[in-house]
Formats: sequence, C-alpha cells, structure tokens
Amino acid sequence: MLSRRIIPCLDVRDGRVVKGVRFRDHVDMGDIVELALRYRDAGADELVFYDIGASPQGRSVDVRWVERVARTLDIPFCVAGGIRDVATARDVLLAGADKISVNTPALERPALIAELAEAFGVQCVVVGVDSLRDADGEWRVRSHTGDPDRMRAPGLRTLEWVRQAQARGAGEIVLNCMDSDGVRRGYDIAQLQAVRAVCEVPLVASGGAGTIADFVAAFRVADVDGALAASVFHAGTVEIPALKQVLAAEGIEVRT
Amino acid sequence: MSTVALIDAGGANLGSVRYALERLGVVPRIVRDADELGLPARVILPGVGAAPQAMRLLRERGLDVALRALEVPLLGICLGMQLLFERSEEGEVECLGLLPGKVRRLAPQPGLRVPHMGWNRLRPLRVDPLLDGIPADAHAYFVHGYAVPVTGDCLAASEHGTAFAAMVRRGRLCGAQFHPERSSDVGARLLRNFLALEAA
Repeated sequence: MLSRRIIPCLDVRDGRVVKGVRFRDHVDMGDIVELALRYRDAGADELVFYDIGASPQGRSVDVRWVERVARTLDIPFCVAGGIRDVATARDVLLAGADKISVNTPALERPALIAELAEAFGVQCVVVGVDSLRDADGEWRVRSHTGDPDRMRAPGLRTLEWVRQAQARGAGEIVLNCMDSDGVRRGYDIAQLQAVRAVCEVPLVASGGAGTIADFVAAFRVADVDGALAASVFHAGTVEIPALKQVLAAEGIEVRT
Repeated sequence: MSTVALIDAGGANLGSVRYALERLGVVPRIVRDADELGLPARVILPGVGAAPQAMRLLRERGLDVALRALEVPLLGICLGMQLLFERSEEGEVECLGLLPGKVRRLAPQPGLRVPHMGWNRLRPLRVDPLLDGIPADAHAYFVHGYAVPVTGDCLAASEHGTAFAAMVRRGRLCGAQFHPERSSDVGARLLRNFLALEAA
C-alpha cells in the first residue's frame, strides 16, 4: 500500500537555508545539504526546496545547489520558485531534482503546465496553489505570494484552478491554505476536503501544521497523500520519528 | 568492477542515477549512442518520461539493436524497465521486446491516485541475489503512471489498486519500476546487488 508522505519544506536563499518571520528578516538556518541530510535521517519521505529569492527577484533558480543536493540526497526532492519556462525546468531537473513546482508563472500563463508535462512527463510537474478564503466565503487563489507587497488576487476560484491545472498536466497539487499558513492552528481541513473531491492526482496539504494531531486529521479526514510543513519541523515542535509512530498507530500507512 | 555504462535515453533522472552510483564508489560512463557502448561489464538504462519518445531516441541512436545484442547484465529503471518489454500502452509503442508482456496504464479508481507517486512496499516473490539484504515489505520510491503486470519474470510485486511488477529478473535482464537512486538504503542495496551480479 502506498504510504502517506511527510514533506519538510526548506526555504533557500543564495544557496543557504533561511527562515523568514512574516516573509521578512530571514535568519540563516545553515547549509542546504547538511539540513537535507538531517531531515532524511529523521525519516522525511521527500523534501521541497523553495528558492525564495528567485521568484520575487525575477531570476531563475541557481542550479549549483540543486546539483549539490542531488549528489548527496537519496530521497526525492522538489524545487519550487523561479521556474517559469521549460528551459529553466530542464536545468533544474537535469541538475538532479525529481520534480519542479510552479505557482505564479502557471497562473500567469497556464499553458506552461502543459509544456512542462509534455517535456518531462506529468510526474515531474507539481502545481503549487496559494489559496485564501474571501469575504464571500469562496476560496480563491493568490499569486506573487513570495513578496507581500506584490501579492495579487486574480479572482480565480481555487477549485476551478485545481481542475484546470490537472487537465493541463499537473501530476501533483500542493494546496497552501494561506489563512492557516505559519499560524500552526492546523491544516484547513474543510478546504483540503473540497479540493480533494476534485483532485485525482496526488494532493499535498500545506500551511498550518502545529501538532501531530493536525497531520492525523489531514490524512484521515481530508485524505491527502502528503503533508508539507516547515516551521514545526525546523523548530523541533514536531519530530518526524514521533510523528510517524503516531500515524502508524492510528492505522495510517507510513514509511518507517 | 570494470565499466558501468549508463545509457542516456533522454530521461531527466540520468544525473540522479549517476550520483547514486558515485555514492557507491562507481563512476559510470555515460553512453549516448551505440558507437559509444563498447564492452561494458554492466549497463543501466534509466528513464523518466514517455515511452514513445524514449524508444524513438534509442532507435535513432542505434541503441535498440545494441541493447538487444548485449550479453552483460542490464538494469532498467522505471521507464527503462518498461522498455525491456514488448509493447507499451503509452502511445501504443513497440519496445525492446527483451521480456514478454505489455506495459499497461494504471487506471485511476476512487481513492486511488495516478500517477502512483510515493513510497510503497516491495513483496518479494522469489529468492534472488538482486534482493539480497532487502527485507520483505521494505519501502521503495515510485513515480509512474504505467506498469508491468505480474508475470513469471516478476521478482517483487507492489500494490496500487492492483498488483504490478516492482522488480523483474530474467537472466541478465533486471528491472526496477521504483527509483533506486531515490529509495534511500533499499535503493543503494539494489544497485550494489546489481553491480555484484555474476555475469550471466
């Protein structure tokens, strides 16, 4: 049986892992490879590296660190941020990344998803979706979320975008629920359930994990395939071995 | 160990497989066409992407003929394993035909996601040196939308809705549907076992 995946997300800037407080004041957390191996040893099933400098600064990912990670790491990893064309995606994949994740560039030009799927196969193509509940109760996507001053609301309903992204060739959807992001009050289960209902490809929950119980709920109630988190892992609030022990005891299939 | 030839079939995981071999102290020779193949001791055919494109590339480079004529152990990884079989439903393409059987699409079912992406368990079906040190129910990392049915050549099966071939072996022909280069200790062990196989 397929295991549910635990996916730590590491923010990368200038080849280092950083931690931001409310998108600003980034603190250096250490060397990418060192931290990647630490999470691998703890039992992470996959890692996401989010190049937080690339997207807002309009430059592409520096593939040198991607290659450094690929040489050392023996679990899969995905690179997000700053990928807006097939050529850049190719550089990142050839440097050794297993998947690439696109968000704002896909919203700006949805044909990008199909181009990537055609070039590399759907299994390499992750579409990241940043979503917020608007005053009318509808979930709608946000773009340019890497920089709070540039964030935009294109008005597109989240469920519609998830359907469209799959039709165009997304092999996986990462749903980042921004209402809960960084506040550690749990994943947005209602929204994840709604997206799950329209999502045939793997769905990864992101935003809001605070306790082990939050992971249990995301897997059990929202039936997601993976759960992504950053701060609880970085701060050591949730340790992956203990998390997996609880998940297994709850009857949720995990890799131990 | 003399040379390991790593076939460049246009797949994006070529680098990852090279690094995995380097972690084991083996520096493979990247082979782009039949002329470069020479006389390797082992051949690895990785692959990520679609079967029709990969087969077209192998044919253009004369590698379809060269791989069929080989007499040394050959390991196909993911799409590379699927290409060892007769045909693939993916684009209804004729493959290398080294092993009998047809690659089929994994059909989505309620609660069952396709592509099959993530860590799944290996269920060994017989004893083989390729499986040495890999315990039953060990997890390996898979990413694929097509799969080989369980046939007599299946060494270990895995389940995603239905059972499919996670590893195959017939004489010198070996295959892993999962990605040893991304399957942590289990993957490293498979690669080491393959490198240590007695030449068929």
